[in-house]
Amino acid sequence: MASNDLILSLRGISYSYSRSRPVLDRLDLDLRAGEKVGLVGDNGSGKTTLLHLIVGLKKAAAGTLTVFGREACSEEDFRLVRQGVGLLFQDADDQLFCPTVLEDVAFGPINQGHSPAEARLIAGKVLADLGLGGFEERITHHLSGGEKRLVALATVLAMSPRLLLLDEPTTGLDHDTKERLLAILRRLDIAYMVVSHDYDFLGRVADSVFYMKDGRILTTEEGAIHSHFHIHSFGTLPHQHSS
Amino acid sequence: MLTEPFAVGSSLMHRLDPRVKVAAAVVFVSVAAILVRWEALALAMATAVSLVGLARPSLRQLSRRLMLANFFILCLWLFLPFSHAGTPLFQLGPFAGTAEGVRAAARITVKANAILLAFVALVATMPVATLGHALRCLAVPEKLVYLLLFTYRYIHVMEQEYHRLHNAAVIRGFRPKTDRHTYKTYAYLVGMLLVRSLARAERVHDAMLCRGFRGRFYAMRPFFITSMDVASLIVIAAVVGGMACLEWLPTT
Repeated sequence: MASNDLILSLRGISYSYSRSRPVLDRLDLDLRAGEKVGLVGDNGSGKTTLLHLIVGLKKAAAGTLTVFGREACSEEDFRLVRQGVGLLFQDADDQLFCPTVLEDVAFGPINQGHSPAEARLIAGKVLADLGLGGFEERITHHLSGGEKRLVALATVLAMSPRLLLLDEPTTGLDHDTKERLLAILRRLDIAYMVVSHDYDFLGRVADSVFYMKDGRILTTEEGAIHSHFHIHSFGTLPHQHSS
Repeated sequence: MLTEPFAVGSSLMHRLDPRVKVAAAVVFVSVAAILVRWEALALAMATAVSLVGLARPSLRQLSRRLMLANFFILCLWLFLPFSHAGTPLFQLGPFAGTAEGVRAAARITVKANAILLAFVALVATMPVATLGHALRCLAVPEKLVYLLLFTYRYIHVMEQEYHRLHNAAVIRGFRPKTDRHTYKTYAYLVGMLLVRSLARAERVHDAMLCRGFRGRFYAMRPFFITSMDVASLIVIAAVVGGMACLEWLPTT
């Protein structure tokens, strides 16, 4: 696949919850295969709305949305889009609805047409890949917040998406789980877009960062995130900063 | 927090096929519930106790359950002896307790405990998720099964949501009293819980759509019937048949 392959292209996308104030206003966005971008913006600037538009959970009032080279309009188009675009929700409890981890991770593959036996294999492999081996029979609502987030990510990755959308994936995660998530994302060879307010995290997982303002996307140059203040979780204990 | 204290174990009852256990429970309970004769009730009780013996549950958990159920049955004992017409057995002030009333209360007590014990042994010895799959295999409508499974999955989330809302009220000095403010606050709490649950349901549905959900669920693992299952089913059927004979065959 050539590096300039467009996998996602939004042109003139508009969306509003109320007549008076559009959330997205003739927004343009391009993503190429393998691209890893961050998306920042104020609360209510429409970041989550944008992600939901891409997978067709909300329908744009105007504009065209092209995913993997095909324009998506109808629900039928978006069913196809969702086979290749994974969305990690803000709240893992929204995503994990099956009683056991195995069933939840296998849910997507089965919907993609795999047999239950194949889906089990896929689920087992994805869980092992994410360091969640042995979680298969765990009850989803008994998992800790961090475990839920990682299992939710497994449910999405089990569908082998070509593009991953993550909605504030680090919210509420402790330092170790955040590091695990970071390592997983850096290992992925698919394109992803991470919505986050966590600039430290974005600086480490994203090659470039988009900024949303007034319903549009402003592209900042690489390295725009360059200085930060952060809390030393280790206090005055000797510690090393990862690069 | 809802727990499933009996679900995990390695006893014979835990190893039986869930479908067999559910079917056995349904057959046993539907016959036990309408028994009247003491011989039949005694057999039902003995069966239930043996089943529980085979399941080997934690006795502390079991007695907690039994106590809860028998608390309600105790209320029956307060009223039934006095509300049934019949031969007076004892006198309590102006009220006469009848032998028929006492017998009715005793019958309900035996029946309820037998059914409860049988349920602990047969149904509570599997996780709710397994129960759901078993019900689906037994041709219970899918919608009902998923109603059960989703309720089970999200009742914890709703409980947490409720506690969050309740805590939010408490840290701002809310203390329940018998007044308008209290009722209004609780009404808001319940209303907000409904609104949030609806929003949650929509997000869950969205998340399912994202993973290709098209209105159908598929079972993950098939169940296997062993000769032990068949044998158990035959034994249960024979015992229930015995209960029915004791109940309905004319006494000589």
